[in-house]
Amino acid sequence: MTKHFHRELEKLKKRILTLGAMVEERVFMAIKAIENNDSGLADKIIKSDYEIDEMEVDVEEECLKILALYQPVAVDLRFITAVIKINNDLERIADEAVNIARGVKYIAKGEKLHFDFDFYLMANKTEAMLKKSLDALVNLDVDLAFKVCLLDDEVDQFNGEAHRKVKDVIKDNPEHVEYFINLLLISRHLERIADHATNIAEEVIYLIEGEIVRHGDF
Amino acid sequence: MGKPFKMTSKHLSFYYGDFEALHDISLEFSENKVTALIGPSGCGKSTYLRCMNRMNDLIAYSRVEGELLLDGEDIYAPSVDVVTLRSRVGMVFQKPNPFPKSIFENIAYGLKVNGVKDKSKIASRVEESLIRAALWGEVKDRLHDSALGLSGGQQQRLCIARALAVEPEVLLMDEPCSALDPIATQKIEELIHQLKITYTIIIVTHNMQQAARVSDITAFFYIGKLIEVNDTDTLFTRPELKQTEDYITGRFG
Repeated sequence: MTKHFHRELEKLKKRILTLGAMVEERVFMAIKAIENNDSGLADKIIKSDYEIDEMEVDVEEECLKILALYQPVAVDLRFITAVIKINNDLERIADEAVNIARGVKYIAKGEKLHFDFDFYLMANKTEAMLKKSLDALVNLDVDLAFKVCLLDDEVDQFNGEAHRKVKDVIKDNPEHVEYFINLLLISRHLERIADHATNIAEEVIYLIEGEIVRHGDF
Repeated sequence: MGKPFKMTSKHLSFYYGDFEALHDISLEFSENKVTALIGPSGCGKSTYLRCMNRMNDLIAYSRVEGELLLDGEDIYAPSVDVVTLRSRVGMVFQKPNPFPKSIFENIAYGLKVNGVKDKSKIASRVEESLIRAALWGEVKDRLHDSALGLSGGQQQRLCIARALAVEPEVLLMDEPCSALDPIATQKIEELIHQLKITYTIIIVTHNMQQAARVSDITAFFYIGKLIEVNDTDTLFTRPELKQTEDYITGRFG
């Protein structure tokens, strides 16, 4: 019985890590699409989102099955609850990648306008957070998870900067409002991805330490 | 200040001949709480439970060291009358063990042994005990039928009623549901919830989910030692010691 149970846990761990890798790839593609104004790549992200959705449902069903059949306790219970939440965060991150792809498609339609903001740097910081949060999960590394929580402020600052700059640029270019709103939204979606990565890191901390660290100051 | 502890063991050790079955157990039991004792077979949890109303006295060459206090008084003091002690600290066993008598007589028996002669008092105490054990509704029309005709779950509730009839203060339960089906188990567990309003309950169980469901405090025993004691919800979500975690998550040995 316990052997079965531990096998199920291992299987679940592999699945959530696979989902993590798939989502990481989507975010990477979204960044490339921003960088190169690549409408084709954006389409690919949008069209393949169903794969993430299906995987998310599978993982959740797996968690519910384990809860119902084995009634896990202690670290195993914390693992299952963490997976349920991380699963949700990963799916939302993939949705944000789709949102970014839609923005890229809009922007790629017309001519490229000048906007003095380093999306590439912001995107890379966001991606690094996601990568670190998943590494923290794989290696059960609580220090790394805490680091991810700290990095969130940097991405928030980028988003604040984009907001200010878009406000200014719209005043001077009222005929391109839609274009610049899409740029702002891309920054916003990146910032949301960073938030979800922070959530994942917080779940990893809960899994390891048994302490809920959400809503705290880092 | 909180309530004083109903029962306390201080550095309690127990020996079967030369074999030390319990080693230096210090544990406190709060009034109106359910404390579950868990641990693998042979860890000493049943031995410990049986020390608490001196059931182990009957075992030859057994020996107790340390103190076991009930309301601050050592139950192993020479002046203690064991029959009186057992009426204050009642016990329910693993298998339902009703006497081969009528339902009524099963409960009246303990009262008679304890010198109650007034028939109307006995009758009202029988009714009251059966009500408390959540069995009255099912047996009130057949009180004089044999107790052996009851189902397993009913028999176990009868044994609980029998233990309650002598108005104990502490109720010891040694795997009270291990011989019962899930429905009967559920009834006993609900009963435990109601009984803790009046009694201090200490339950030994192999079923960890049951410990998690019914108890306020859980104590984990291993090879005669008390390893960890904690609030049940803490012990089952984030135990302090790895040994406890390994046991409750099935990673033992």
